Amino acid sequence: MIERTPVLNIATHAILVVGLLIAFLPMWLVFVAATLTIEQINNPPISLLPGSELIANLTAAWNRAQLGSKMLNSLFVALLVASGKIAIASLTAFAIVFFRFPGRMVVFWMIFVTLMLPLEVRIVPTYAVAANALAPAQAVLEVVGIAWLWQVLTGVKLALEWNLLNSYTGLVLPLVATATGTFLFRQFYMTIPAEIVEAARMDGARPLRFLRDMLIPLSKTNMAALFTIMFIYAWNQYLWPILVTTDRANYGTAVMELKRLIPTSASTGGGTPDWNVAMAGCLIVMLPPLVVVALMQRYFVRGLIGADK
Amino acid sequence: MAEIAIRQVRKSYGRTEVVHGVDLDIGNGEFVVILGPSGCGKSTLLRMIAGLEDITAGEIAIDGARVNEREPRERGCAMVFQNYALYPHMNVADNIGYALKVAGVAKAERARRVAVVAATVGLDGFLDRRPGQLSGGQRQRVAMARAMIREPKVFLFDEPLSNLDAKLRVQMRIEIRRLHRRLATTSVFVTHDQVEAMTLADRMVVMNAGHIEQIGAPAEIYHRPATRFVASFIGMPPMNLLPARATAPGVVALASGARLMLPPGWVMTGGDVEVGIRPEDVLVDAESGDGNRLPFTVEFIEELGAGRLAHGTLEGIDFIVQLPAGASMTAGETHVLTLGSNALHLFDAGTSRRCRFDAASPMAGVMQVPVVGLEHSVQASSA
Repeated sequence: MIERTPVLNIATHAILVVGLLIAFLPMWLVFVAATLTIEQINNPPISLLPGSELIANLTAAWNRAQLGSKMLNSLFVALLVASGKIAIASLTAFAIVFFRFPGRMVVFWMIFVTLMLPLEVRIVPTYAVAANALAPAQAVLEVVGIAWLWQVLTGVKLALEWNLLNSYTGLVLPLVATATGTFLFRQFYMTIPAEIVEAARMDGARPLRFLRDMLIPLSKTNMAALFTIMFIYAWNQYLWPILVTTDRANYGTAVMELKRLIPTSASTGGGTPDWNVAMAGCLIVMLPPLVVVALMQRYFVRGLIGADK
Repeated sequence: MAEIAIRQVRKSYGRTEVVHGVDLDIGNGEFVVILGPSGCGKSTLLRMIAGLEDITAGEIAIDGARVNEREPRERGCAMVFQNYALYPHMNVADNIGYALKVAGVAKAERARRVAVVAATVGLDGFLDRRPGQLSGGQRQRVAMARAMIREPKVFLFDEPLSNLDAKLRVQMRIEIRRLHRRLATTSVFVTHDQVEAMTLADRMVVMNAGHIEQIGAPAEIYHRPATRFVASFIGMPPMNLLPARATAPGVVALASGARLMLPPGWVMTGGDVEVGIRPEDVLVDAESGDGNRLPFTVEFIEELGAGRLAHGTLEGIDFIVQLPAGASMTAGETHVLTLGSNALHLFDAGTSRRCRFDAASPMAGVMQVPVVGLEHSVQASSA
């Protein structure tokens, strides 16, 4: 619906500008805070114009929270989550859309149900599994009696254990195993005309060849969209990394370490809280997702609206 | 090059059977067109040959080898789809060469063969384009080239021309015919367009509701339709069909009571028949000539340029007459039509099959009645 109404145009623009200001103001305050000295920031009212201490604050934040290694950790985890998600989503959707197998709908609905169970809801059982990823297998073996048989035969108690705590696997896997991407890919695959699938079959392409030569090139924009979403999602994770990593020196992520910059009575020792450094840390940690969005933005929008044909 | 044998092939979706036991033999190098209205099972039959649909019962053999259990790639068929089904992310060269790429043909050899095939269909110079940048006709050519490059044993065409505009359709039709003359590859072409079918086919197969109604050369199908369905489906405008009842040997009566005299030799099994005559076989206001003379009331005239079509009623039944260009006839007039005895077709109303015409049979003698003495009075004038 496109209409030419000058009055409405002005009104909608006004609403847009106000909305933008509301959205942008906190960001601006973070930026301004990061440029002030500790005296300026603790001296209300807060200035709305930037000061001169940006570099010094950034350096302080970087050093105090060891953001160098933590950002690398975060980057590693976010890249693994995003690429793992794309791999698992494109493959599961491929199976669901293009193959007829018994229990297909059951599998489909089981995946669908996981949409309603975000990580925060199932965090306790997920933690239990992460503490020993083989626990479910152990339970199965005990129920069917194989564990008992093993003990009788060898005299050794069978105890499977695979601890994911304090590891990249533990940080990444639970974030990968969700259904969102599967649905994005399923919707896209269903728009591919049946005749193209048949033409590829006539040309002699087997399923994996079809996946490689047709589906993957055709779903590039979808992948870019999913990559962007998952990268930001994984980068911003706070609760799960805090649970699975006790060894913060090696496996801490940037968002977790941000906490360390927040001034408390313990950290300042009763002194003046240095919010300027905390805000500078925020700026650093926010940067990678912004870069990813800026770079992927073009594909991201096309992938979500499915306009690329 | 291959021959295809289709034996008692059936196709069911769940409990609904859509193809009911089809038998068809396609000779080496033959161009067979399967014609029928939408939903008659013609595409399903083609897709069963291709291997894109499972065969519920029966057998399909290509070159004498049963192919029911073979994957499409193992059957040696190439297919041209209605919507072209080009790979949108590949350029023309990659589209055409994809089958070779899958087969592991080296890049240089592939490029050489793509160039040859592209030249054949007039696509040289377009090899770097994406399908989205091509016109409908060019896409059609890419689809044909993609089928040709594999040098398949059988070409399968699934209504490949129905998305083109009328002019392009005629042109592509001629090109397909030309191509077949040169390659002489066994081809099966599915269409609902009778002009396409008549012009392309060595042999036509007319299908209706999952059955084959008639198999034959286009002229044979046109001039001797085997069933009422074929008679009404083939021909533009369709054949006129007049329900009638056999009253005496060689004579049938229409519902209005008017009688039609049949030439000797028709073997009728039941009483109810349908008498057919093509609109172009009717004589208007003929001075003399053998046949039945009946009054025809004109309702309206369709101008075709090359001729005119008169729609009206004959003895209360809707009737179409084809007139030469410039023939004078206007709505509201009544004319005398002569239905030539030799132009008549006769179908059994019970079985819908064409009545046997056998001048030499003993029955023919029985049915034969003297022409003289048959009262049929026509008082009609071109008022």
